[in-house]
Amino acid sequence: MPLVKNGAVVPDPFTVVEAEGPLPEGAVTVPLARLLAEGADLAGRNSPLGVAVPNTADVRELAPHLPHLSLVVLDFPKFRDGRAYSQARLLRERLGFTGELRARGNVLRDQVLFMVRCGFDAFEIEKADDIPAFAKALATYSIFYQPTGDGRPTVASLRAGHA
Amino acid sequence: MYVYDEFDRAFLGERVDDFRDQVTRRLSGELNEEEFKPLRLMNGVYLQLHAYMLRVCIPYGTLASNQLRALASVARRYDKGYGHFTTRQNIQFNWIKLSELPDAMAELAAVGIHGIQTSGNCIRNTTTDPWAGATPEEIEDPRLYAEVIRQWSTNHPEFTFLPRKFKIAITAAKHDRAAIRVHDIGLRLHRRGDETGFEVIVGGGLGRTPFVGKTIRDFLPKEDLLSYLEAILRVYNSGGRRDNIYKARIKIQVHEVGTEEFSRRVDEEWAQIREGALRLDEAAFDAIRDRFVNPAFEALDDAPAALAEALKNPDFARWHANSVGPHKVPGHAIVTISLKPVGKPPGDATADQMDGVADLADTFAYGEIRVAHEQNLTLPHVRQKDLPELWRRLDALGLATPNVGLISDIIACPGLDYCSLANTRSIPLAQRLTERFADPERIADIGRMHINISGCINACGHHHVGHIGILGVEKKEQEFYQVTLGGKGNLKTRLGELIGPAVSEEEVVDVIERIVDTYLDLRESPKETFIAAVQRLGLDPFKERAYAAR
Repeated sequence: MPLVKNGAVVPDPFTVVEAEGPLPEGAVTVPLARLLAEGADLAGRNSPLGVAVPNTADVRELAPHLPHLSLVVLDFPKFRDGRAYSQARLLRERLGFTGELRARGNVLRDQVLFMVRCGFDAFEIEKADDIPAFAKALATYSIFYQPTGDGRPTVASLRAGHA
Repeated sequence: MYVYDEFDRAFLGERVDDFRDQVTRRLSGELNEEEFKPLRLMNGVYLQLHAYMLRVCIPYGTLASNQLRALASVARRYDKGYGHFTTRQNIQFNWIKLSELPDAMAELAAVGIHGIQTSGNCIRNTTTDPWAGATPEEIEDPRLYAEVIRQWSTNHPEFTFLPRKFKIAITAAKHDRAAIRVHDIGLRLHRRGDETGFEVIVGGGLGRTPFVGKTIRDFLPKEDLLSYLEAILRVYNSGGRRDNIYKARIKIQVHEVGTEEFSRRVDEEWAQIREGALRLDEAAFDAIRDRFVNPAFEALDDAPAALAEALKNPDFARWHANSVGPHKVPGHAIVTISLKPVGKPPGDATADQMDGVADLADTFAYGEIRVAHEQNLTLPHVRQKDLPELWRRLDALGLATPNVGLISDIIACPGLDYCSLANTRSIPLAQRLTERFADPERIADIGRMHINISGCINACGHHHVGHIGILGVEKKEQEFYQVTLGGKGNLKTRLGELIGPAVSEEEVVDVIERIVDTYLDLRESPKETFIAAVQRLGLDPFKERAYAAR
């Protein structure tokens, strides 16, 4: 599945590993349960570490591990299932995660701006046709009413003239 | 009226372009129906039994005359010449072609209206008292807060894919005309000392599992409104059920985890964001308050001579008695326009009627119109001396039926005539009831009475809170109706009780009439309303008579 960052397709350096079994060399993404069980050992590896978090998890559990994490992958099993939007905002705005925040699953161009506003910066794109439309999708709106952690000026701040 | 500024207008333009692009991709096949569905829903477009339906948002039910004319134009050009006003203060067009939808939307956007978030699993139109800004009962105009919520909830990136739809209602008056206890969140504006704040009620709702909402905060300072709402929505988005569409509303989450635990989770989240970017200061309120244009009321006296003279006409007096309410400014009045003429579908208005009301609003009512959740229209600011002439002109438009708040002022869902979910037809039943109760003297004698009809268990006609509730059910492919009594939709919300087995389509009007006759026979005096009599007498006497003919 193509990985898009900053509007371009980039290679994915992370190897997805399962709940058990030996770890390959290099960057890996482990399931949340494995991170919680083997966190200390995983942090000791000398390669970038990622975690794949189901959308039913409480991301506050990740707090102690965040300094060792380069990547958090959040899941959209169906684009209609919006739990990962809340998880993303908590990770960015509450827990201060600054690594890569990746959307996986049913990731479509019509949702990507919402995702960016919630803090996602990497996308595993389901439909290859959507990739060229990405930049366009992000430019669909210039007006935003809600403050989120993405730093875009809100209408309220523009009205007050201090954006 | 809230007047859009450059930012609001720019957003709306972007939204219309966005949807036009989505429709183009759907028509070209790039999007399949499953992918298109949530996108069209978020713009108010449903696929009904016969055609696409466009639901247009009327933010907190407030319209300017030019907006009502735009709705009339859409009805004439893209629909069959009429529109249907809903219990959520919106309007629906039932016969619009998908390919013409973007044009209809662009026409509406030109006057600042749209279908955004009138459907889909997002935060819907915030509704309020149709008498807001006019009634002497309110402590403050609740539309300011409804507009604050509208802006915060518009295209909210975190809350656009909730477990289920989400409805907020707000009132600032003693009489609740917004049914706040049967909404996902109900807000009641009140004062504590010099401070203004909200009682916050969550988890109300009708549908197949009706609940009266629970108060989780007695007094929320107004500056905390958005942070607290965001906390509630986050708790719901993260923890609301998604495994079963019928258990996905917040009312089920509140019920299953318990009010106390739900409230604890909200408070825990709120503590983290309360002092953050969502905090509203006076400047933020002022920026929005300043964009509300309020009428420059004339200095007039109450009860002018022209009105006293006109009240000698019994027809005018009858209309005046149930359609005219008190206004906060002397010499003015609030007028409800019944969209329930005898024998017509409740809540429908033709394009000509909409244009006519827009003209009347300009001439007599400072150009402002409201949609009431009872599916009527309201002119919130009318000079009392103009009431007789207004009445004559409404009558000429077929809009002076003197039945507001009476038995033929029926709330009904669209039913099987339009809706793909319905079991039974609602509109023809409402029509037959208005014909049975057509005599203005008789209905005035029956007095205050709300009949609500839902064509299926989803309860869009709010039958649970009707004084008489009628629910359509299917039995052996025949249309049957269950009857409930004693429901109320105000601050003392109560759900009606079922009187017995469902009755057939042929019987139901007779059954309702026998229930009404029972009331007329047993009431202590004409002052005892139907609902008061049901509460005093219980269901038994009504039940007995209702089924007597069997």
